[in-house]
Amino acid sequence: MKRFSRVNLLLLLAVLALAVAPLALGLGSGEEPFAGSDALAEQAIVDEHPDYEPWFAPIYEPPSGEVESALFALQAALGAGFLGYYFGVARTRQRQRDAAVEQPGE
Amino acid sequence: MHIAEGYLPPVQAAAWFVVSAPFVVHGSRTLVRQVRQDPETKLLLGAAGAFTFVLSALKIPSVTGSCSHPTGTGLGAVLFRPPVMSVLGGIVLLFQAVLLAHGGLSTLGANLFSMAVVGPWVAYGVYVLIRRAGGGLDVAVFAAAALGDLATYCVTSVQLALAFPDQSTGFAGALVKFGGIFAVTQIPLAISEGLLSVLVVRLLTRTSGDDLRRLGVLGTPAQVRS
Repeated sequence: MKRFSRVNLLLLLAVLALAVAPLALGLGSGEEPFAGSDALAEQAIVDEHPDYEPWFAPIYEPPSGEVESALFALQAALGAGFLGYYFGVARTRQRQRDAAVEQPGE
Repeated sequence: MHIAEGYLPPVQAAAWFVVSAPFVVHGSRTLVRQVRQDPETKLLLGAAGAFTFVLSALKIPSVTGSCSHPTGTGLGAVLFRPPVMSVLGGIVLLFQAVLLAHGGLSTLGANLFSMAVVGPWVAYGVYVLIRRAGGGLDVAVFAAAALGDLATYCVTSVQLALAFPDQSTGFAGALVKFGGIFAVTQIPLAISEGLLSVLVVRLLTRTSGDDLRRLGVLGTPAQVRS
């Protein structure tokens, strides 16, 4: 494997390790391990200021955790899909430019 | 993770809108000008937006035993400068507030300020500093993306501490508390975002060298845009 690809692979593996390590080491605690930090912040606010009432409710709330995760997956898929499309186009263009340099006049 | 819907008092929520609005308006103008002057980079602009879209959808476990997500705004800030990211980051925040009940419309101003204003500007500042000091592209992109990500959640902590100071320990106590929830959780995620941004920039140098040179990203440190 070329050095370029090897470094890229190492970068991906490092990201993977950073995400998996907390799970593998069982660092989750409390009633819901690995809850969202925003939910924890809401809890902290309610604990310290029990009389605070959120004055605005979401206009639309996904009806279930499944629908919510589907929408999050959709968001990731849209982004990843476009990134893949971009690199496909950019790589093809680069190859065409390289070919034009190697074979001028064709 | 952003401030949830309704979890800022009305006056403060409104104040953050006032603070963020000029950045978004200026960003929209910059974005239109960028597309008009340099239509060739339109696709790359889309890719920078797509990167933010993916990263802010990925909720990743952290060492604190909770989950958060990166922001992905540092990469775009380095490529296209921060004002453009105020718009792209804003689109992501709006998508999540309207469809996912994540973040919120009432807290959009505050969340815009942290993710779409401070994050990108910190990232860009760090990037320029390191490049001027002669640092390599990889190092500069890593530090920019990681610190921009971390700065976003430090701002979120400050915003919540301002809104909800502790009854006994006041603003400082609340800042430590919210910092523990948001900023500490974010540290490994910020590192991940830095690594992923470096990966994308490495790939870009292979496929899109011309675009990067036009944007001033590729070149000797002395030629970094000022």
